[in-house]
Amino acid sequence: MFRRASTLLRRPLMGATSRRFSTDLPAAAVEDSSFVEAWKKVSPNVDPPKTPLAYMKPRPATPSSLPSKLTVNFVLPYASELSAKEVDMVIVPATTGQMGVLPGHVATIAELKPGVLSVHEGNDVTKYFVSSGFAFIHANSVADIIAVEAVPVDRIDANLVQKGLQEFTQKLNSATTDLEKAEAQIGVDVHSALNSALTG
Amino acid sequence: MASAGGAAPFWRAAGMTYITYSNICANLVRNCLKEPFKAEAISRERVHFSLSKWVDGKPEKPTIRSDPTEH
Repeated sequence: MFRRASTLLRRPLMGATSRRFSTDLPAAAVEDSSFVEAWKKVSPNVDPPKTPLAYMKPRPATPSSLPSKLTVNFVLPYASELSAKEVDMVIVPATTGQMGVLPGHVATIAELKPGVLSVHEGNDVTKYFVSSGFAFIHANSVADIIAVEAVPVDRIDANLVQKGLQEFTQKLNSATTDLEKAEAQIGVDVHSALNSALTG
Repeated sequence: MASAGGAAPFWRAAGMTYITYSNICANLVRNCLKEPFKAEAISRERVHFSLSKWVDGKPEKPTIRSDPTEH
């Protein structure tokens, strides 16, 4: 009964890969040809003005061979921690778990949870604790990591973390409204993550 | 990432927006720093603003506030 299932399942997949989204950026810069032609008919001596389409920058080309290094831009609202730094690998604390990003990683957008971001360059590993944010990995091996607050792990005070963890576990037990529960849960999550960052 | 139309994260289910969540996380992290980094971070995030109520089309005396961030 299910012998045909594999062929039937394969068909829609093959169709989907050949069609691209209508919102995709063009691979190369494009001019609005019909507008330009209409303009030239009306006033051939004046250069046509640029249309918004001409200002759209084409998506940077995916290099045909794997680049050897990952370019990382790690920014905070008040400072640019890393700006176009060439590294071997970064491990980002995505909500779906620790994600290792190597050069040639598939284009991804990841929401970050409170956790440790580690930047690996040769034998050096620099660890930052990130409060939350996003990581955008582009097809050309450029990673943009944005966070609201990020500190090197050695700037975290273990006593304050323990106190905070106890305080929020108590608040979680005594919370009544949904909002209070959510706030207490956030407190517990962040402090547990800080704790594992200090011990791990 | 959550499955299509799947369960929202707990803070969204409780009526909180992402930016509120993110700011709460950032404040908690800042409060757990060692000195002097903690003092620097808190002073960096202070907001100064002047607030005035308008009555009959005219502003009343403004109150000037300079708070450390509260959620």
